[in-house]
Formats: sequence, structure tokens, C-alpha cells
Amino acid sequence: MPETLIQTSPRLPEDAIFNAVIDAGDSFVHEIRKGQFVRIVDLEGNQAVDTLFYNAHNYADRYSAQDTIREQSNIYLTTGTKLISTERNVLLTIVADTCGRHDTLGGACSTESNMVRYAIEKRSMHACRQSFLKGALTWSAKTGHELDKRDLTANINFFMNVPVTPSGGLTFADGVSDAGKYVELRAEMDTLIVISNCPQLNNPCNAYNPTPVRVLIWNGTQEFDV
Amino acid sequence: MCRRKTTRLSSSTLWEENLPGSATWSHVLKRGTALRITAIEDNSNVGAIFLNADNFSERLNLPDTLKAQHIARLTTGSVLYSDMARILCSITDDTLGWHDPLGGCSDAALVTKKYGDSTYQQARNHWHQNALDGFLIELAKYGLGLRDLMMNVNFFSKVEVHEDGSMHFIPNHSKAGDAIELRAEMNTLVILNSCQHPMDPSPKYAQKPVTLTLKQVEAPGPDDVCRNFRPENARGFTLTERYFL
Repeated sequence: MPETLIQTSPRLPEDAIFNAVIDAGDSFVHEIRKGQFVRIVDLEGNQAVDTLFYNAHNYADRYSAQDTIREQSNIYLTTGTKLISTERNVLLTIVADTCGRHDTLGGACSTESNMVRYAIEKRSMHACRQSFLKGALTWSAKTGHELDKRDLTANINFFMNVPVTPSGGLTFADGVSDAGKYVELRAEMDTLIVISNCPQLNNPCNAYNPTPVRVLIWNGTQEFDV
Repeated sequence: MCRRKTTRLSSSTLWEENLPGSATWSHVLKRGTALRITAIEDNSNVGAIFLNADNFSERLNLPDTLKAQHIARLTTGSVLYSDMARILCSITDDTLGWHDPLGGCSDAALVTKKYGDSTYQQARNHWHQNALDGFLIELAKYGLGLRDLMMNVNFFSKVEVHEDGSMHFIPNHSKAGDAIELRAEMNTLVILNSCQHPMDPSPKYAQKPVTLTLKQVEAPGPDDVCRNFRPENARGFTLTERYFL
């Protein structure tokens, strides 16, 4: 495996303006203002954090996996990656990453796809797209901004390792993350973040053990210095 | 001038038409019919998105498609999964071995940067068009928009991924006469766009036409190549068949 780039952040947890733990199986929806930094911490290791981003002022303009990977000519997301939207805006930039590699091709698990991937009897097991829908519908009801199934597009899986081979294979490999590893992004626009902390119990990549993650947000007092 | 290939019309052919280069096309492909796309020139590209025509909120989900089948390329045996774990279309025949699910589609800024501006007023049918606008215009004809856009496939193109994750467009991949056949397992709104692949390094704006052949085909049997491609696909076919019960 090629060397991964490890970049730490100078920001301290005690200076954060927001600090919350998201349990596995929960969703999290929050606005991040331009210039703010958001960090996701893999508290216990190899947890998949399924994440979507939207332009906070126009949810139709949202994270685009294909535009993001094509722009950087690389399928893995890490420090320096610009998250590109469907309208080709830069939503956020990854400014720190102690894991080194994040996936955006594996998508989010759903009760439906679990039937195909594992067994038809797995239908009622909790899945990310249940959380995404709950989060989107709750946010819509609270704010009056429409957000629903049409908006659940290809997501990022922070801390997940989904290698593609030169012969065109794709696998879910053992995680490259570990307890305490984190990824940090700077918002280049006002953005909406929607997270499903993955509840998957069928995939060995999280050792069949979904675990909590922490989200921290800082104001951009040290704006653009990293 | 393009070299025209003559395609033999089989008894099952419903109709055939040519799609010019840089053009967008759509059709509700009925369950039990198939669409064969045949390249007329070398180095063609056909971008494609797929929606359930009976419920547009259900649409192609490429991450589900790739991870269910453990693939980062599309060829004979592969199927296109919707977000509801049903099979919209399956690839029953392919002369090429690799169609790209990763590269996405071109936009106006990319086309202008690569090929320069060329308006319709100046260039008429040779004006510079891009795939994103083509998809959005065609989606709008069905009351759909940017929120309904999804990751697209690029037929006839190949993007290889190296061990370090780097993406490499492979030039000279497809030849005139190469073809792919998509069998509809559901009533599927198919939207095609024949603009160049966004990673195509050629500095020349090229309009490559393809032939579209619509066919009546038999339902997939127990020995079907797509059903037996992987155990996941057998379950995908079961779920799709249940949708029509």
C-alpha cells in the first residue's frame, strides 16, 4: 500500500464552539458557516461515518463524489482534497487527516441493499439510509427547507477503506483507521452537514461493532492559516 | 466523415436510430426490451443515467452497484442497481470488457477550458456542448432537475485506478463496432449523452455518433449470465421480480 499522508491540526478541543458525540445508528444534521472548521473523531477505531454535504443556501447544489475524485484524479479523500459540488463549487477542503484515506465510492448501507449484499432476511436491520432519511425529514420539519430522499446522493465514508484494483475490482478492506484518528475540514461556503454514524452489523470492516464518533466545530479565528 | 457500419436488423429489432455526437437522448425502456448501443467511430463515449420510470425517486445508485458486485468497471454480467436494491438494467452483451462508472460528466466550464467557446450562433450543429447541461435539460422534460442528478456511467470509456488511488483515462479504448446491450429489468427512463468523457485528454472537440437499437428480448432465465454473475445478483433479480408480482 502506498504511503498515506498524515496531517495533524493545531486546533484544540477546549477551543471548540461545538462538541458532541454521535452514537452509532444516529444521524446528525448541522450548519457549518464559511470559515468554520469541523472535525470528526473516530473514537474507538474503524467506524464508518457516512457523510453528505450541501450548499446551505441551495440543497440542490451538493457534494458530488464523481466531480470530487475527477478534480483531484484520485479516488481517495485526504488532506488537500476539495469537496466539489454538483454546480462545481468547493464546499469544504480537508485540512487535517490523521487516518490518511477516506472512501467515497462505497455509498451508504440501506435496508434494501443489505438484502442484496447479505441476505433477503436482513431487511429490517438498521442502516445508514434510514438514519439519513430520519435526519433529513427532521431537519426539513424543523427549518422548512425541503430535504428528502432525492437529496441522498453518493456520500463520503470517513475512515473507510474501499480499495479499487487496476483490474477494476472493488473491495471493502480492513480499516486503516484507529481509535482517536480524525479528519478535519474547513468550510469554503456555508454548508449543511448530514451524518449517519453507520450501524452496520454485517460487515467485518468495523469488526461487526459500530461505535460512537465525536464532532467538533471551531470558528475560523485562525482562518486560512492551515 | 464517420465510417458508417451496417447493423443487421434481427427479427427482434423494434427500431434503430443514430444518436449524433454531443447529443442527449431519452426513452422509457420497457421491461422485456433491450437497448444496444453500437459505436460508429473509435473512441466514443456515451454518458448514461437511469431512473425507475414508474417512480422517479428510485434511480441508479452506482455505489450500491459497485459494492454489491465488487466491481469498478461494467461489462457483461454486471447489472445496474437502483437505490431500492432492484435491477434497472443488466448488461447482457459487451464487446469491450470495460465501461467507466467513475469519471462523471463534463460541464460548461470544463468544455470551454479544454476546447474553447463555440456558440450555436457561430457553429450551428458543431457548437460546444457539455454533458451536465444535456442531462439537466433532458431531466427537465420529465419534471426533474439538479436534485435528481446521480453519478453517471460512461459507456465505451475506461478509467483505471492504480494502487495509490490515482485515476487514469485510457485512450484508444473503444473501436468502431464495439457494442453494449442493456436489458431493461424494470420500466427504466434511460437518459444518454454522447459528449466526450470529461477526462479525455484529446485537445480536439469531437462529436462521435452511435447507433441505438431497440429490441424485444426474452426474460432472464435461471441460467442468465447477469443473474449468475454473483450471488448478490441472484437476490437482486428475485427482488426485482417480486416488484412486478
